[in-house]
Amino acid sequence: MSSFRNAVIAGAMVAVASIAMAQTASKYTGVGRDATSKEVAAWDIDVRPDFKGLPPGSGSVAKGQDVWEAKCAHCHGVFGDSGEFFSPLVGGTTANDVKTGRVAKLTDSTVGRTTFMKVASLSTVWDYINRAMPWTQPKSLTTEEVYAVTAFLLNLSNVVPDNYTLSDKNMADVQARMPNRNGMTTQHAMWPGNEFNGTKVPDAKNVACMKDCATEPKVASFLPDFARNAHGNLADQNRTVGPQRGADTSAPEGKAPAAGAAAAGVPVMVAQATKAPEVAKPAATAAPGGADTKAVMALLAKHSCVACHGIDKKIVGPAFTDIAKKQAGKVDYLAGKIKSGGSGVWGGIPMPAQALSEADAKTIAVWIAAGAGK
Amino acid sequence: MKYNDVSSGRIRKAPENFLSREGIKTVFAEGKNGRRDFIRSAFAAAAAGVAAPTLLAQSNPVPKEGGDPNILNLPEHATGLGQGVSPEGSYGKPSKFETNVQRRQSPGLTQTTQASVSFSPLQSLFGIVTPSGLHFERHHQGWWDIDPSKHRFMVNGMVKSAKVFTMDEIMRLPSVSRFHFIECGANTATEWGNVAVPTAQYTHGMISCSEFTGVPLITLLEMAGADLKNGKFVLAEGGEGSSMTRTIPMSLITSGEVIVAYGQNGEMLRPENGYPLRLVVPGVQGVSWVKYLRRVEVGDKPYAAKDEAIHYIDMMPDGMLRQYTNIQECKSVVTTPSGGQVLLDKGFYNITGLAWSGRGKVKKVDVSVDGGRNWRQARLETPVLSKALTRFNLDWVWDGKPAIIQSRATDDTGYVQPTYKLLRAVRGTRSIYHNNAIQSWLVQENGEVKNVQLS
Repeated sequence: MSSFRNAVIAGAMVAVASIAMAQTASKYTGVGRDATSKEVAAWDIDVRPDFKGLPPGSGSVAKGQDVWEAKCAHCHGVFGDSGEFFSPLVGGTTANDVKTGRVAKLTDSTVGRTTFMKVASLSTVWDYINRAMPWTQPKSLTTEEVYAVTAFLLNLSNVVPDNYTLSDKNMADVQARMPNRNGMTTQHAMWPGNEFNGTKVPDAKNVACMKDCATEPKVASFLPDFARNAHGNLADQNRTVGPQRGADTSAPEGKAPAAGAAAAGVPVMVAQATKAPEVAKPAATAAPGGADTKAVMALLAKHSCVACHGIDKKIVGPAFTDIAKKQAGKVDYLAGKIKSGGSGVWGGIPMPAQALSEADAKTIAVWIAAGAGK
Repeated sequence: MKYNDVSSGRIRKAPENFLSREGIKTVFAEGKNGRRDFIRSAFAAAAAGVAAPTLLAQSNPVPKEGGDPNILNLPEHATGLGQGVSPEGSYGKPSKFETNVQRRQSPGLTQTTQASVSFSPLQSLFGIVTPSGLHFERHHQGWWDIDPSKHRFMVNGMVKSAKVFTMDEIMRLPSVSRFHFIECGANTATEWGNVAVPTAQYTHGMISCSEFTGVPLITLLEMAGADLKNGKFVLAEGGEGSSMTRTIPMSLITSGEVIVAYGQNGEMLRPENGYPLRLVVPGVQGVSWVKYLRRVEVGDKPYAAKDEAIHYIDMMPDGMLRQYTNIQECKSVVTTPSGGQVLLDKGFYNITGLAWSGRGKVKKVDVSVDGGRNWRQARLETPVLSKALTRFNLDWVWDGKPAIIQSRATDDTGYVQPTYKLLRAVRGTRSIYHNNAIQSWLVQENGEVKNVQLS
């Protein structure tokens, strides 16, 4: 009985609500129209953490590797760990993280943060690849390719095995293996509503003390002298009228101008600040071995070695010059290492085995063993 | 000390831009050596290289001749015929003497210009409105200049009927115009651990404030018959390549604050800022102000978009990541004197700066010139608006000794802008986002101002 009564009341309330809705809509006569299902389907591509919106389909790790190497590797590196253009996607996650759902390395301030170290929701990865990748041709991947590339990244992160095929059927299983799935919190005061049941108490509680507040201040951090001009000449970045000028950072602080410079009298106002920042570059030296070095460079590019190793700077793997110092003269050892890969010598990030010919490996090894000169 | 006491080395500001860079350099070098009386002759020497008629102008105060030649000798612009009205089709530009006032990139911050930032020149701006051409930029996948006749806006999800609107239709609806700041969540990010950049432009320049015009999003949701009871979240989606998405708090939408905007400072949005349509989410970090807005979806759960699940998440010291950190908390910065500037001499200055809060209005701003030991309350200039920049000013006479200038804002919730010490105690130094700590500028004896942090 009561349920009948409630149903009537509920029905009446719905009717009232819909009348109110209709009135609101009709207030703006002739503005807007209903979207067709075709239009909604064309644009409504988002996928939520509960996988609402995920289209059916599947893609394998192997297929993902092919797509990756053709369309993704040039920005993100062959193993998704390049930081050359964007933050590295892969690296820093362990088998234990897959168990715990918390990435242990996030507490290590010396380790950079990759996408897979941070992301808790698998849907985010799928959704973003689908809507925004590749960088220069967003939305050009097929549904299968999106599944495949996602599977490949999961494989690189040791979340799924080499022979895995990711699909709409097993996304939830994989979600339960995401290395940082338990690493997010909404318990803070920085969401405007109550939807997350966060706190309303902000982090820091300063007080507006007015007199004799702090101890004598000590300057603890400032820009070093060598960075004085790192952002270009600040004289050119301030208005040339008013109570201030920009500091001339093209010269060391407080240095008098060179004799005769004052006579030039260049008005500050016409100076432009479009100079590119000076980036320290290693001095170019004549390459010992000439053509040989060139050939080695070509090999390093061909086999994507340089995605991970800089000549004289560490990227993901060690710099070639650093390897040269440590393994001077060990041609056979180096050739073997190049082909077999490994980890432990230079830290925990493994170098995968490389599919290149004996001859190429040897050529590169000879070059490294001899000092990795340019 | 009398105002015109020449022997003290005091100079009065000349009416023209009369200091060459070399002149300033010389003055500081000599000033450092304690030869402040050198200043006058240094300026004269610097002037020697400039056009002769201005020579006497550098010899303020009153030259022997009995007056400033800029006054005594009428200039061309007072004795000739000026230029005609702007030619057809022209768009007014700032004075040619203002070319230093530009958006700038921070070298080495990003590797591509399409996923990058340009900073607004806060140190050179007045009042609270950011000129549209100086509005900071943050793009995630490049910007576009989209034909408004082809742009469409869709409402779907938990609605009675999904709707599409043309720009013509959106602009027919009742509009509101409101001043709001937009601040990137990563503004001041470089300073979490230590000082990294030299000027207010780079420390705080990912904030701008404009008058935005558009339709409250709630109007459009109601037109579609949105389920506002169960629909607790709204996804906003851009129409550019990355189709950037963010989860928008429903509470701000139902309050009428969130605007689907097409207007910015009296004209249409600039393409870099989302022409022809962007979301305005007052008090919330800029990444939620989705540009090239093509769609909103009403849902009952949050969306964990890339920029709220991989980026724009705040790392805590224990490695936990805070998700959906939206509010830009109360913050302020002194814009003059500020890092990279040089004060021309001791004496009177107007300390000026900007304050804001993502939770409401700025209630007061205190300024210290002794590194936070003693504070004085600054004047707030009108208008003081909710979730908008607020300009503050304070009289100051610089005695030529080192000074550390700080500002500390309090908003109308009573929240007081924190020190670095307080903020780091909770958030550590690796959170990247939401650094609203008190900024310190060191004014050195030579007049040069440096970005510093205190212990």
